[in-house]
Amino acid sequence: MNAKVNEPLLRYVLRLGDTSLVLGQRLGEWIGHSPALEEDLSLANLSLDLIGQARLLLSYAAELEGKGHDEDALAFLRDAPQFLNLTLAEQPNGDFAQTIVRQVLLDAWQLELYEALATSKDTRLAAIAAKAVKETRYHFRFSSGWLVRLGDGTEESHRRAQNALDGLWRFTDELFAADEVDEAQAAAGIAPKLAELQPRWLARVDEVLREATLQKPASVRHPWYGKNGVHSEHLGHMLAEMQHVQRTYPGAQW
Amino acid sequence: MSKDWPLFEVFIRSRAGLEHKHVGSIHATDPRMAIEHARDVYTRRQEGVSIWVVRSSDITASDPAESDALFEPARDKIYRHPTFYAIPDEVKNL
Repeated sequence: MNAKVNEPLLRYVLRLGDTSLVLGQRLGEWIGHSPALEEDLSLANLSLDLIGQARLLLSYAAELEGKGHDEDALAFLRDAPQFLNLTLAEQPNGDFAQTIVRQVLLDAWQLELYEALATSKDTRLAAIAAKAVKETRYHFRFSSGWLVRLGDGTEESHRRAQNALDGLWRFTDELFAADEVDEAQAAAGIAPKLAELQPRWLARVDEVLREATLQKPASVRHPWYGKNGVHSEHLGHMLAEMQHVQRTYPGAQW
Repeated sequence: MSKDWPLFEVFIRSRAGLEHKHVGSIHATDPRMAIEHARDVYTRRQEGVSIWVVRSSDITASDPAESDALFEPARDKIYRHPTFYAIPDEVKNL
Protein backbone atom coordinates (compact mmCIF):
# COMPACT_ATOMS: atom_id res chain seq x y z
CA MET A 1 0.00 0.00 0.00
CA ASN A 2 2.91 2.33 0.67
CA ALA A 3 4.61 3.95 -2.24
CA LYS A 4 8.27 3.08 -2.42
CA VAL A 5 10.25 4.96 0.24
CA ASN A 6 12.59 7.59 -1.19
CA GLU A 7 15.53 6.33 0.87
CA PRO A 8 18.09 9.01 -0.13
CA LEU A 9 15.62 11.83 0.63
CA LEU A 10 14.76 10.20 3.97
CA ARG A 11 18.43 10.04 4.88
CA TYR A 12 18.96 13.61 3.76
CA VAL A 13 16.11 14.90 5.95
CA LEU A 14 17.29 12.80 8.91
CA ARG A 15 20.76 14.33 8.59
CA LEU A 16 19.33 17.83 8.81
CA GLY A 17 16.91 17.00 11.61
CA ASP A 18 19.44 15.05 13.68
CA THR A 19 22.03 17.81 13.36
CA SER A 20 19.56 20.37 14.71
CA LEU A 21 18.38 18.03 17.46
CA VAL A 22 21.84 17.06 18.68
CA LEU A 23 23.14 20.64 18.60
CA GLY A 24 20.00 21.83 20.38
CA GLN A 25 20.44 19.21 23.10
CA ARG A 26 24.08 20.23 23.56
CA LEU A 27 23.14 23.88 24.01
CA GLY A 28 20.44 22.84 26.47
CA GLU A 29 23.17 21.33 28.65
CA TRP A 30 24.36 24.88 29.38
CA ILE A 31 21.14 25.82 31.13
CA GLY A 32 21.98 26.60 34.73
CA HIS A 33 25.73 26.62 33.99
CA SER A 34 26.22 29.66 31.77
CA PRO A 35 28.62 32.45 32.71
CA ALA A 36 25.69 34.82 33.27
CA LEU A 37 21.94 34.59 33.69
CA GLU A 38 21.48 36.39 30.39
CA GLU A 39 23.66 33.83 28.58
CA ASP A 40 21.56 31.05 30.06
CA LEU A 41 18.52 32.54 28.35
CA SER A 42 20.36 33.22 25.09
CA LEU A 43 21.67 29.68 24.79
CA ALA A 44 18.28 28.24 25.75
CA ASN A 45 16.68 30.38 23.02
CA LEU A 46 19.11 29.00 20.45
CA SER A 47 18.46 25.50 21.72
CA LEU A 48 14.69 25.89 21.43
CA ASP A 49 14.98 27.20 17.87
CA LEU A 50 17.07 24.18 16.93
CA ILE A 51 14.75 21.69 18.61
CA GLY A 52 11.84 23.36 16.82
CA GLN A 53 13.64 22.82 13.50
CA ALA A 54 14.34 19.23 14.49
CA ARG A 55 10.65 18.61 15.21
CA LEU A 56 9.61 19.83 11.77
CA LEU A 57 12.34 17.89 10.01
CA LEU A 58 11.90 14.66 11.97
CA SER A 59 8.12 14.78 11.49
CA TYR A 60 8.76 15.00 7.77
CA ALA A 61 11.29 12.17 7.99
CA ALA A 62 8.79 10.01 9.85
CA GLU A 63 6.24 10.57 7.07
CA LEU A 64 8.80 9.73 4.40
CA GLU A 65 9.74 6.59 6.30
CA GLY A 66 6.08 5.51 6.40
CA LYS A 67 6.40 3.13 9.34
CA GLY A 68 3.99 4.94 11.62
CA HIS A 69 6.74 6.58 13.70
CA ASP A 70 6.50 10.19 14.83
CA GLU A 71 9.14 12.82 15.64
CA ASP A 72 9.42 11.59 19.24
CA ALA A 73 10.00 7.98 18.21
CA LEU A 74 12.82 9.12 15.93
CA ALA A 75 14.33 11.36 18.59
CA PHE A 76 14.06 9.08 21.61
CA LEU A 77 14.04 5.50 20.34
CA ARG A 78 16.93 5.34 17.90
CA ASP A 79 20.46 4.38 18.88
CA ALA A 80 23.61 6.28 18.01
CA PRO A 81 24.42 4.41 14.75
CA GLN A 82 20.96 5.37 13.44
CA PHE A 83 21.58 9.06 14.07
CA LEU A 84 22.84 10.84 10.96
CA ASN A 85 23.89 14.19 12.44
CA LEU A 86 27.14 15.90 11.54
CA THR A 87 29.93 14.83 13.90
CA LEU A 88 30.66 18.47 14.72
CA ALA A 89 27.22 18.91 16.31
CA GLU A 90 27.75 16.17 18.90
CA GLN A 91 31.13 17.43 20.14
CA PRO A 92 31.01 18.22 23.87
CA ASN A 93 30.38 21.75 25.11
CA GLY A 94 33.87 21.97 26.62
CA ASP A 95 34.54 25.50 27.82
CA PHE A 96 32.47 28.42 26.57
CA ALA A 97 34.92 29.03 23.72
CA GLN A 98 34.46 25.50 22.40
CA THR A 99 30.68 25.88 22.45
CA ILE A 100 30.94 29.18 20.59
CA VAL A 101 33.38 27.90 17.94
CA ARG A 102 31.16 24.86 17.29
CA GLN A 103 28.19 27.20 17.04
CA VAL A 104 29.81 29.64 14.60
CA LEU A 105 30.91 26.83 12.27
CA LEU A 106 27.48 25.19 12.27
CA ASP A 107 25.48 28.43 12.21
CA ALA A 108 27.36 29.54 9.10
CA TRP A 109 26.72 26.12 7.53
CA GLN A 110 23.01 26.10 8.37
CA LEU A 111 22.68 29.68 7.19
CA GLU A 112 24.05 28.90 3.73
CA LEU A 113 22.11 25.65 3.56
CA TYR A 114 18.73 27.03 4.63
CA GLU A 115 19.06 30.03 2.31
CA ALA A 116 19.52 27.61 -0.57
CA LEU A 117 16.87 25.16 0.63
CA ALA A 118 14.28 27.94 0.82
CA THR A 119 13.98 27.60 -2.97
CA SER A 120 14.00 23.79 -2.93
CA LYS A 121 11.70 21.90 -5.31
CA ASP A 122 10.60 19.98 -2.22
CA THR A 123 7.98 22.42 -0.93
CA ARG A 124 7.98 20.93 2.56
CA LEU A 125 11.72 21.43 2.95
CA ALA A 126 11.45 24.89 1.39
CA ALA A 127 8.86 25.93 3.98
CA ILE A 128 10.91 24.58 6.89
CA ALA A 129 14.04 26.30 5.59
CA ALA A 130 12.25 29.62 5.08
CA LYS A 131 11.28 29.60 8.76
CA ALA A 132 14.62 28.31 10.00
CA VAL A 133 16.75 30.76 8.05
CA LYS A 134 15.45 33.71 10.07
CA GLU A 135 16.30 31.96 13.32
CA THR A 136 19.70 30.99 11.98
CA ARG A 137 20.56 34.55 10.97
CA TYR A 138 20.17 35.50 14.60
CA HIS A 139 22.16 32.46 15.78
CA PHE A 140 25.07 33.50 13.58
CA ARG A 141 24.85 37.10 14.74
CA PHE A 142 25.00 35.89 18.34
CA SER A 143 27.77 33.30 17.95
CA SER A 144 30.00 35.34 15.64
CA GLY A 145 29.73 38.31 18.01
CA TRP A 146 30.94 36.11 20.82
CA LEU A 147 33.79 34.62 18.80
CA VAL A 148 35.11 38.09 17.98
CA ARG A 149 34.80 39.06 21.65
CA LEU A 150 36.72 35.97 22.76
CA GLY A 151 39.33 35.90 19.99
CA ASP A 152 39.99 39.62 20.15
CA GLY A 153 39.61 39.72 23.93
CA THR A 154 42.10 38.82 26.62
CA GLU A 155 45.15 36.62 26.22
CA GLU A 156 43.33 33.75 27.90
CA SER A 157 40.10 34.07 25.90
CA HIS A 158 42.14 34.23 22.67
CA ARG A 159 44.08 31.12 23.62
CA ARG A 160 40.92 29.21 24.50
CA ALA A 161 39.16 30.24 21.28
CA GLN A 162 42.17 29.23 19.17
CA ASN A 163 42.42 25.88 21.00
CA ALA A 164 38.75 25.21 20.34
CA LEU A 165 39.13 26.10 16.66
CA ASP A 166 42.20 23.85 16.34
CA GLY A 167 40.31 20.99 17.97
CA LEU A 168 37.08 21.27 15.99
CA TRP A 169 38.26 22.27 12.53
CA ARG A 170 38.85 18.67 11.40
CA PHE A 171 35.10 18.02 11.65
CA THR A 172 34.29 20.72 9.07
CA ASP A 173 35.51 18.44 6.26
CA GLU A 174 32.26 16.48 6.66
CA LEU A 175 30.09 19.55 6.06
CA PHE A 176 30.95 19.59 2.37
CA ALA A 177 31.83 15.96 1.68
CA ALA A 178 29.08 15.16 -0.86
CA ASP A 179 28.05 11.53 -1.17
CA GLU A 180 25.30 9.76 -3.13
CA VAL A 181 22.62 11.09 -0.76
CA ASP A 182 23.66 14.71 -1.28
CA GLU A 183 24.18 14.26 -5.00
CA ALA A 184 20.76 12.68 -5.51
CA GLN A 185 19.07 15.66 -3.82
CA ALA A 186 21.16 18.15 -5.79
CA ALA A 187 20.31 16.40 -9.05
CA ALA A 188 16.61 16.49 -8.19
CA GLY A 189 16.71 20.22 -7.42
CA ILE A 190 15.87 19.50 -3.78
CA ALA A 191 19.16 20.54 -2.19
CA PRO A 192 22.04 22.79 -3.22
CA LYS A 193 25.35 21.34 -4.40
CA LEU A 194 27.62 21.23 -1.36
CA ALA A 195 30.57 22.26 -3.53
CA GLU A 196 28.75 25.52 -4.22
CA LEU A 197 28.03 26.15 -0.55
CA GLN A 198 31.60 25.66 0.58
CA PRO A 199 33.15 28.90 -0.76
CA ARG A 200 30.26 30.95 0.63
CA TRP A 201 30.60 29.26 4.02
CA LEU A 202 34.35 29.76 4.00
CA ALA A 203 34.05 33.45 3.13
CA ARG A 204 31.64 33.94 6.03
CA VAL A 205 33.83 32.04 8.49
CA ASP A 206 37.04 33.70 7.25
CA GLU A 207 35.58 37.13 7.88
CA VAL A 208 34.72 36.27 11.49
CA LEU A 209 38.09 34.61 12.13
CA ARG A 210 39.89 37.65 10.75
CA GLU A 211 37.97 39.98 13.01
CA ALA A 212 38.54 37.62 15.92
CA THR A 213 42.30 37.54 15.14
CA LEU A 214 42.21 33.73 15.01
CA GLN A 215 44.27 31.49 12.73
CA LYS A 216 42.38 29.10 10.47
CA PRO A 217 43.82 25.59 10.89
CA ALA A 218 44.93 23.54 7.89
CA SER A 219 42.20 21.44 6.28
CA VAL A 220 42.34 17.69 6.78
CA ARG A 221 40.24 14.84 5.46
CA HIS A 222 38.32 13.13 8.20
CA PRO A 223 38.23 9.31 7.92
CA TRP A 224 34.58 8.83 8.96
CA TYR A 225 31.39 10.82 9.10
CA GLY A 226 28.49 11.11 11.54
CA LYS A 227 26.13 11.66 8.64
CA ASN A 228 26.74 8.01 7.73
CA GLY A 229 25.94 6.89 11.27
CA VAL A 230 29.58 6.61 12.38
CA HIS A 231 30.01 8.78 15.46
CA SER A 232 32.52 9.92 18.02
CA GLU A 233 32.23 8.37 21.49
CA HIS A 234 30.39 11.47 22.71
CA LEU A 235 27.05 10.89 20.98
CA GLY A 236 26.17 7.72 22.89
CA HIS A 237 26.64 9.45 26.25
CA MET A 238 24.56 12.39 25.12
CA LEU A 239 21.74 10.16 23.88
CA ALA A 240 21.78 8.14 27.11
CA GLU A 241 20.93 11.30 28.99
CA MET A 242 18.52 12.65 26.38
CA GLN A 243 16.60 9.39 25.97
CA HIS A 244 16.75 8.22 29.59
CA VAL A 245 13.16 9.04 30.58
CA GLN A 246 11.57 7.64 27.43
CA ARG A 247 13.66 4.46 27.62
CA THR A 248 12.89 3.92 31.32
CA TYR A 249 9.20 4.74 31.09
CA PRO A 250 8.19 3.90 27.50
CA GLY A 251 5.35 6.07 26.27
CA ALA A 252 5.57 8.39 29.29
CA GLN A 253 3.91 11.75 28.71
CA TRP A 254 3.41 14.96 30.63
CA MET B 1 31.90 36.92 36.22
CA SER B 2 28.59 38.61 35.45
CA LYS B 3 29.11 41.02 38.32
CA ASP B 4 31.85 42.62 36.26
CA TRP B 5 29.59 43.23 33.30
CA PRO B 6 28.14 46.72 33.00
CA LEU B 7 24.41 47.24 33.41
CA PHE B 8 22.26 48.43 30.51
CA GLU B 9 18.73 49.82 30.69
CA VAL B 10 16.34 48.33 28.13
CA PHE B 11 13.57 50.16 26.27
CA ILE B 12 11.12 48.31 24.04
CA ARG B 13 8.74 49.61 21.40
CA SER B 14 5.82 47.21 21.54
CA ARG B 15 4.20 48.22 18.24
CA ALA B 16 4.96 50.55 15.37
CA GLY B 17 3.76 54.03 16.29
CA LEU B 18 4.09 53.58 20.05
CA GLU B 19 6.91 55.00 22.15
CA HIS B 20 9.79 52.98 23.58
CA LYS B 21 9.10 52.07 27.19
CA HIS B 22 11.54 51.16 29.91
CA VAL B 23 11.11 47.46 30.69
CA GLY B 24 14.10 46.59 32.86
CA SER B 25 17.84 46.10 32.72
CA ILE B 26 20.38 43.46 31.70
CA HIS B 27 24.13 42.88 32.01
CA ALA B 28 26.33 42.89 28.92
CA THR B 29 29.93 43.64 27.99
CA ASP B 30 29.07 45.88 25.04
CA PRO B 31 26.06 47.43 23.24
CA ARG B 32 25.83 44.63 20.67
CA MET B 33 25.59 42.00 23.40
CA ALA B 34 23.15 44.23 25.28
CA ILE B 35 20.76 44.22 22.31
CA GLU B 36 21.04 40.43 22.09
CA HIS B 37 20.43 39.93 25.79
CA ALA B 38 17.53 42.39 25.75
CA ARG B 39 16.06 40.49 22.79
CA ASP B 40 16.44 37.16 24.54
CA VAL B 41 15.17 38.34 27.93
CA TYR B 42 12.43 40.81 27.03
CA THR B 43 11.04 39.94 23.58
CA ARG B 44 10.58 36.17 23.92
CA ARG B 45 6.82 36.49 23.68
CA GLN B 46 6.59 38.97 20.82
CA GLU B 47 6.67 41.95 23.15
CA GLY B 48 8.55 44.21 20.79
CA VAL B 49 9.43 45.48 17.35
CA SER B 50 12.34 47.70 18.37
CA ILE B 51 14.89 47.79 21.20
CA TRP B 52 16.96 50.61 22.67
CA VAL B 53 19.70 49.96 25.19
CA VAL B 54 21.71 52.52 27.09
CA ARG B 55 24.40 52.10 29.68
CA SER B 56 22.85 52.70 33.08
CA SER B 57 25.89 54.79 34.00
CA ASP B 58 25.06 57.17 31.13
CA ILE B 59 21.71 58.07 32.67
CA THR B 60 21.53 61.20 34.80
CA ALA B 61 18.77 60.91 37.39
CA SER B 62 17.12 63.54 39.53
CA ASP B 63 18.10 63.51 43.19
CA PRO B 64 15.30 62.32 45.51
CA ALA B 65 16.58 64.83 48.07
CA GLU B 66 15.64 67.60 45.65
CA SER B 67 12.08 66.35 45.19
CA ASP B 68 10.59 69.25 47.11
CA ALA B 69 12.36 71.83 45.00
CA LEU B 70 11.73 70.05 41.72
CA PHE B 71 8.15 68.83 42.05
CA GLU B 72 6.37 70.62 44.90
CA PRO B 73 5.99 73.98 43.09
CA ALA B 74 3.71 72.37 40.50
CA ARG B 75 1.29 71.15 43.10
CA ASP B 76 -0.78 74.35 43.53
CA LYS B 77 -0.90 75.27 39.84
CA ILE B 78 -4.04 73.38 39.03
CA TYR B 79 -4.80 75.81 36.19
CA ARG B 80 -2.18 73.91 34.18
CA HIS B 81 -4.58 71.02 33.87
CA PRO B 82 -7.03 71.36 30.97
CA THR B 83 -9.84 70.12 33.24
CA PHE B 84 -9.49 73.33 35.27
CA TYR B 85 -11.36 75.31 32.61
CA ALA B 86 -15.09 75.12 32.02
CA ILE B 87 -15.84 74.68 28.35
CA PRO B 88 -18.64 76.89 26.98
CA ASP B 89 -21.56 74.91 25.62
CA GLU B 90 -21.15 76.60 22.24
CA VAL B 91 -17.83 74.90 21.73
CA LYS B 92 -18.63 71.62 20.05
CA ASN B 93 -15.38 70.02 19.06
CA LEU B 94 -12.58 70.51 21.54
